[in-house]
Amino acid sequence: MSKKASIHDVLTGEHYISGNEAIAEGCLAAGCRFFGGYPITPSSEIAERMSRRLPQVGGVFIQMEDEIASIATILGASWAGRKSMTATSGPGISLMMENIGLGAMTETPFVIINVQRAGPSTGLPTLVGQGDVMQARWGSHGDYELIALSPNSVQEAFDLSIEAFNLAEKYRTPVIMLTDESICHMVEKLIIPTKSKIKIENRKKPTGSKKNHLTFKPDADMIPPMAAAGEGYNVFVTGLTHDTKGYPVITPEAQEILVKRLCDKILLNEEKIRLTEEYMTKDAKVLVISYGITARSAKGAVNLARKKGIKAGLLRLITIWPFPTKLIEELAKKVDAIVVAEINNGQIVKEVREATRKSVPVVLSSKLGGTVHTPKEILAKIEEVKKK
Amino acid sequence: MTISEEKVDDTILEAKRHPMDYLLRWDRLPHVWCSGCGLGSVLSCFIHAIAESGIDTKKIVVVSGIGCTGRASGYLDLDVFHTTHGRAIPFAIGLKLANPELKVIVFSGDGDLFAIGGNHIIHAARRNADITVICSNNFIYGMTGGQLAPTTPMGAWTSTSPYGNVEPNFNLCHLVASAGAIYVARWTSLNARRLQASMVEAIKKKGFSFIEVIPPCPTTFGRRNDYEEGIKMLEFFRENTIIRHGIDPGDAELNLGNKIVVGKFVDKEDKPTLSDHIARIQLFAKRR
Amino acid sequence: MTRTEIRLCGFGGQGIALMGKILGAAVSIFEKRKSVTTQSYGPESRGGASACNLVISEEEVDFPYVLAPDAFICMSKEAYTTHIDSLKEGGWFFYEENLVPVDDRMKKAGHIYSIPATAIAEKELGKKIVANIVMLGFFAELNDYIDQKAILKSVIEFVPARFRELNEKAFKTGKNYAKKVKKQEAKK
Repeated sequence: MSKKASIHDVLTGEHYISGNEAIAEGCLAAGCRFFGGYPITPSSEIAERMSRRLPQVGGVFIQMEDEIASIATILGASWAGRKSMTATSGPGISLMMENIGLGAMTETPFVIINVQRAGPSTGLPTLVGQGDVMQARWGSHGDYELIALSPNSVQEAFDLSIEAFNLAEKYRTPVIMLTDESICHMVEKLIIPTKSKIKIENRKKPTGSKKNHLTFKPDADMIPPMAAAGEGYNVFVTGLTHDTKGYPVITPEAQEILVKRLCDKILLNEEKIRLTEEYMTKDAKVLVISYGITARSAKGAVNLARKKGIKAGLLRLITIWPFPTKLIEELAKKVDAIVVAEINNGQIVKEVREATRKSVPVVLSSKLGGTVHTPKEILAKIEEVKKK
Repeated sequence: MTISEEKVDDTILEAKRHPMDYLLRWDRLPHVWCSGCGLGSVLSCFIHAIAESGIDTKKIVVVSGIGCTGRASGYLDLDVFHTTHGRAIPFAIGLKLANPELKVIVFSGDGDLFAIGGNHIIHAARRNADITVICSNNFIYGMTGGQLAPTTPMGAWTSTSPYGNVEPNFNLCHLVASAGAIYVARWTSLNARRLQASMVEAIKKKGFSFIEVIPPCPTTFGRRNDYEEGIKMLEFFRENTIIRHGIDPGDAELNLGNKIVVGKFVDKEDKPTLSDHIARIQLFAKRR
Repeated sequence: MTRTEIRLCGFGGQGIALMGKILGAAVSIFEKRKSVTTQSYGPESRGGASACNLVISEEEVDFPYVLAPDAFICMSKEAYTTHIDSLKEGGWFFYEENLVPVDDRMKKAGHIYSIPATAIAEKELGKKIVANIVMLGFFAELNDYIDQKAILKSVIEFVPARFRELNEKAFKTGKNYAKKVKKQEAKK
């Protein structure tokens, strides 16, 4: 609400706005200057705000004919050197899967906002869900890794939008903001810092000769510098398995080298990418693990449990993918039981079980969509598993 | 499909260099296309057209989808993108809108552009997206073994129409012209010089331009439809092609046994493109 | 825990969502406490009914939705029928007296106030559209939960500059009506 904020740049100041609006502003603050999308509730407010805001900052907004075109067009825009994004939900994210694979294969930085609603199919238009967690990881065919983030407030929706772009640029990967209808439609206070206080990451540019440029030659950090079309590097980009030139090489050997690197550049940087919040975990005997909107109720449940004398704590996952397996493995050693709260039939809970190697009981507090857990509902699970 | 990584003796090659070689990726040749296929000639017309257009090659980007024609981009020493099946056009629009300085050309096949990608091409034409689309129409899915395409003429034999095709085919030029394309032409690969001239015109045109080019496909289409050899199909083109500039593309259907009507069907005056409109909006929003 | 829930309901066009945002911002931005505003979405919000919910707290709000409101501002018959039973026993009930036919169910409220906000907006201010701000002024004067100065600041922040005067006037009119109601209450 600061009067100093200019509509031609970062909207510095205090605002009372929705998660969707905060995401739009976060992406703009991150330097996003291209949005290609197709309207779908509950994500449409992002497209609406971007359609108004992008031209003000010299960016491009285009509403495409469908979600497949939307994601294809943002890949194109990214290769023209712009930070690009789309926002969608439910059926829309399913339609985007093939080109997410192309994004992973061609190491194209872009951000997808998935405002999760309950499915499958048309499901509950357009009530909350968290059923796209596994799809976010491996929804496109083949082996790949990407980064997925999950905010739990309007402020964090803004902050993580910037982080999403920074990670996309740094690791040259699609990043999915795995948010939900509740976070995106709720209205809360948002503080936008001044532009100079926002840390921005940009993709590495090649420095060598433009002649015989190797489009996909990675540096020691496993990430190749990225030239844009029109810069004279004659980039060679294909969805086929390729060598460092980018040329198709249809052999198992080339596949091993490429796919291994695509996965490792994310997985081996898990600790660097990882964002989590721990609340009262120090002496906790029951650990609640949750993310997104559900983590708010989980925090409420931990507070209720503490009042009852139960030593409960919360691990909130902010980074969902790559999964913080090591961290959970460590935390599991200190607790008697784990409760995983999520709005699906049990998706992250399986990852948690894998991480704990069955050292402690892991129970699921599930809702199948349309509504958010109340703190009391999660408390009931905490009480169920605590050691008597 | 194996890619040779062997070192080639440059001095020997140097002597054999063709004036157009600078636009080709030598290290990617030989190409994947069958003997008798017309795509090589089409690609040759294309590189000549690029040179003739005088456009800075640094700013030319070629985008392909999947299929035989989709491989064309991969032989060009330009910025090239081989994208997913059917999605070359929205990818190209993203490139163009994000950097209006680029000259973005989509080079792909009939199945890619008009079956799986059919929705995108009509919308690109409707928007007057500032791109050129070159569609090689071989009436069939070549790369996957000769299956039915929306361009397969009624009655033609394919591996998924073993009793003969029972569906009417799209008239590509008519479709894109109806959707708003400002430049529409059709040629066979035998009309090499006219094709090349047409490509230069299309590339230099502002707005959505479209060229349909018909190459012989002896391996998958011809073999099942009495044109076992490329030369036989070319002979058919020579004897049965009629040039009719400016006719209503609706009157230029492609049917088995009929004459092939080619020519420049549509060449409208420039009108504001999608990029122009977006630039105008940016200017308006910035002033407020 | 210091959690307060407020529910605002009416029909589309009354500016219910704006009321929810104004109250939320009054708390979060001008009082520096915490608040979350949520709206009911889905087909029911297209059919004419409009509902907006507010949670206020001294600490971060965990569960963001309203379950049993401490205060209920009601501006339509349908909203009354749907939501009156959710009001907390002994809670605050504010209603638009020409639009909401009340019955015994409202008796669970501990504090009941009514105002003909739409008629006032139309007759005294010449703009039916500010009935919501009249209602906010009325609420601001009578409620125990949000500082009325903060609400007014928030009103000014949210309305377009050219309508600022009108809205300030609407707010004041609602406030004055509330003062009269309080006086009458004191006489009784």
